Amino acid sequence: MADKKTRPEQWRKIRVLVAKPGLDGHDRGAKVVARALRDAGMEVIYTGLRQTPEMIAEAALQEDVDVVGLSILSGAHMALAPRIMELLKANGQTDVKVFIGGIVPDEDIPRLKEVGITGVYGPGASTEDIVKDIRAAVSNG
Amino acid sequence: MTLAQQVLSGDRLALTRLLTQVENDSPEGRAALADLFPHTGRAQLIGVTGAPGTGKSSLVNQLALHVRKTQNKRVAIVAVDPSSPFTGGAVLGDRVRMRDLSGDSGVFIRSMASRGSLGGLAQATATLTQVFDAAGYDLILIETVGAGQSEVDVARLAHTTIVVEAPGLGDDIQAIKAGILEIADILVVNKADRPGVENTEKALRSTLELAHPTGRVYRHHGQYVPVAASVSLSDNDEGGDSSLKQSTQSDTSLWIPPILRTISTDGTGIAEVVEAIERHVAHLRQSGDWTARERARLESELEALIEAALMSRFREDVSTEKYDEVLERVLSRKLSPSEAVKLLTNGTRV
Repeated sequence: MADKKTRPEQWRKIRVLVAKPGLDGHDRGAKVVARALRDAGMEVIYTGLRQTPEMIAEAALQEDVDVVGLSILSGAHMALAPRIMELLKANGQTDVKVFIGGIVPDEDIPRLKEVGITGVYGPGASTEDIVKDIRAAVSNG
Repeated sequence: MTLAQQVLSGDRLALTRLLTQVENDSPEGRAALADLFPHTGRAQLIGVTGAPGTGKSSLVNQLALHVRKTQNKRVAIVAVDPSSPFTGGAVLGDRVRMRDLSGDSGVFIRSMASRGSLGGLAQATATLTQVFDAAGYDLILIETVGAGQSEVDVARLAHTTIVVEAPGLGDDIQAIKAGILEIADILVVNKADRPGVENTEKALRSTLELAHPTGRVYRHHGQYVPVAASVSLSDNDEGGDSSLKQSTQSDTSLWIPPILRTISTDGTGIAEVVEAIERHVAHLRQSGDWTARERARLESELEALIEAALMSRFREDVSTEKYDEVLERVLSRKLSPSEAVKLLTNGTRV
């Protein structure tokens, strides 16, 4: 029987904020990920370029997202990530999982994980992996 | 404190979480809505609809900015975008156009995906607006894509509906979609700096007006309203007798949807749109239409809920096996759909 919950549109949605903090203007990667997440059945709130940490935290709160995806190719991740984590916490959004995609040297990853970043993806990361990791992170609470 | 109480006390985290609960139609959400309902009825709802590419989000951004600058009203924005019917996912990009509003604690922007529901979209949007209403937002802007009946349903939710057009988007064809245009309380031709704006305006006006031998007739909300031939229907007549328009609108209970031009990227024409909204609200209150619309709104919400409740009860009473068996018989043409319904509902207490 066509119970409404058996249709894909009615399943519980994972809401993901995709944002580009800072001044870097290369958004193709962010858009590729946004579309991949949509194709995986998620609701992607795409906020575009030149987002400040405050704008990102505000959007995350208003949209009650499960995940924040930051696209950072400028190398500013060590400054931006802790600030964003801090603001999310200040707003009470302690369960939100934050992922970073972009250009991040391997040696920075441990420090990023320490401040609470769940996953880091470099160029060439597969969207299937990103989708899988997001689903796992959200269901693990 | 319950979730509802937290929302009433101004807790933004509670508010955002309740919006999610309500959107997912959870038991917690329904309970909170019941608690919050007595606190609703104050907010002004404005629907903004129109085809993709007309600049709705920029317009909403400008309207909200103007209201925040000139009035001390708190503004909520519900921006609806379509979900993929195949994957169930969506990219909700309306916030991109609303960066000017960030950092203002008197503004709350929430993106909603249509989630494939048709009549249900209006219902979900209605409950979200109730939460914002109870939470103290004075003005709620609801932005949807004007692509079909579901958007018309959402428009019925609003006190004032703005339909946005833009030049050069196959205007003549767009203007023919009378169903969408008929719901407009205010028509906005956005991107008015583009060529073709006069033609767009003309196409809109001719769709709305019907030539009549003894007078002109205006179509609005499914009614044919006679207008004296001498009354100017254009807000853009520079030499037009605006006092005649004003007095016509308050003397009779006649609202003539104005056609306004805007350039939402630089704010041109926005003050006039806000002023038209205010005139419309005043008209609704004076003519008694405000109460009539509230009534119609709540009635359609009640009906949607009754339908959903009856359907749930049906699903509980009829097993999947029985349903599938009957469906098979219809598929092999042994049973007609109406006979199938009789079979399935027979003995079901509905």
